[in-house]
Amino acid sequence: MTGHGTATMLERPQRRHVLDLDDFSREEIEQVFRAAEMMKEVLTRAIKQVPVLRGKTVVNLFWEASTRTRVSFELAAKSLSANVVSMTAAGSSVSKGESLLDTVRTLQALGADFIVIRHSESGAPYLVAQHFRGSVLNAGDGRHAHPSQALLDLFTIRERLGTIEGRKVVIIGDILHSRVARSNLWGLQTMGAHVVLCAPPTLLGAEAWWKQTWPGIEISYDLDEAVKGADVLMALRLQRERMQAGLLPSLREYSRHFALTAERVARARPEALVMHPGPMNEGIEIMPDVVTSPQSAIEEQVTNGVAIRMALLYLLAGGSQISL
Amino acid sequence: MSEERTEKQVLNADEMRRAIVRIAHEIAERNEGVADVLLIGIRRRGVPLAQRIAQALLDAEGVQVPVGQIDITLYRDDLSLRHPYPMVGPTHLPGDITGRTIVLVDDVLYTGRTVRAALDELADFGRPARIQLAVLIDRGHRELPIRADFIGKNLPTARDEMVEVHVSEIDGGEDGVFIVKGAS
Repeated sequence: MTGHGTATMLERPQRRHVLDLDDFSREEIEQVFRAAEMMKEVLTRAIKQVPVLRGKTVVNLFWEASTRTRVSFELAAKSLSANVVSMTAAGSSVSKGESLLDTVRTLQALGADFIVIRHSESGAPYLVAQHFRGSVLNAGDGRHAHPSQALLDLFTIRERLGTIEGRKVVIIGDILHSRVARSNLWGLQTMGAHVVLCAPPTLLGAEAWWKQTWPGIEISYDLDEAVKGADVLMALRLQRERMQAGLLPSLREYSRHFALTAERVARARPEALVMHPGPMNEGIEIMPDVVTSPQSAIEEQVTNGVAIRMALLYLLAGGSQISL
Repeated sequence: MSEERTEKQVLNADEMRRAIVRIAHEIAERNEGVADVLLIGIRRRGVPLAQRIAQALLDAEGVQVPVGQIDITLYRDDLSLRHPYPMVGPTHLPGDITGRTIVLVDDVLYTGRTVRAALDELADFGRPARIQLAVLIDRGHRELPIRADFIGKNLPTARDEMVEVHVSEIDGGEDGVFIVKGAS
């Protein structure tokens, strides 16, 4: 605007959706980080709002329970001045039998520019993306992907430890059911981290499958060994609602072998980070004293979630095909 | 269509330095000193210019004027026309702006839309007593009712020309102002 190109333009193919991290390059992840740093600054202002998405409509379709992701996306959209509508299956026409695609077509006709979707079926956001003219953000689908969570995890690691490359990251617990673990695997692999999956065999499944998809990873069934030299300890929630009978002998048995305790954290590197995507089963996969210890980044994960989601909405709006 | 690029220098490093010193003197004169003044550079090249004005004020008045920076990307009115979006930069204001005299600093004043965005952004941070505008170059072609209070040089230009300000802090090399025409 000053008559020469003062603004640095992003050099990347225009992205329209955020469905998983498998199609994010390292450069693109770093661009998300840079935008998120700026959004964090916006969130420290007295007026935590900028007009960049004024007049745009963001619809949160949460067909599965959520506190932090839904509130976080809602605050992110509002901080960018978008109009935000949040829906849950209960109380919508879904309870009258309306299909997902009918809902999407209705929202499109009502003028939605972004759909943020959480769904219990893996792949649901991809179906929506095929039938919606705007942008789709996957806020968690089945056990498949949760890209905004993985990005905020990566961002938090980078913020606390400075770098991600070469760090030993141990993902612990209910990996079988975890979309957070899968998206983190893509992101951590792209950023050059060394990932160890640590779980009982029944909560992991076939070792070969994991190594085929993410060749660099290591698999461990012994948490006391796996924590040695770790930079990041990422506990996952034991997803009892998805749990089939017989996967675990008992919660107490699971906890004895796979809970993050202060003793286990002490065997990792001194500055190691403790993370958890929430919600937590305190006393099962993580102990209360670990949650509140100085090494815990769990609260920062939540705070950073808003900035990351603001960054994603901002970058998508810039790359969208529709006339936003 | 392949017009050859031509470049004409309109200010050299010495002339740029003198223009900045003169702007600093005018700021002090207009405000009867600089006790209440905050300098805020518009990213990117307004920021080193604001720092240089602050240095000139320190030399002339013996007062260290606080310098901040503002990034107006999230307040632009043409974001929907730009694909993909430009990268956002940091905004840092030196303390509370309410009741202070703000001098906004930019390299080139052209359509006035950048200044409009900066004014909107500042209003979200507080209520300054007054806001003044200092630019190194005023090249005309305003699209909004905005004018500068302090101008280094008025430079009549055609719309198909570009004005490039080189500041050593960002661009390296020597300072200078150029009119560029043709392929960019």
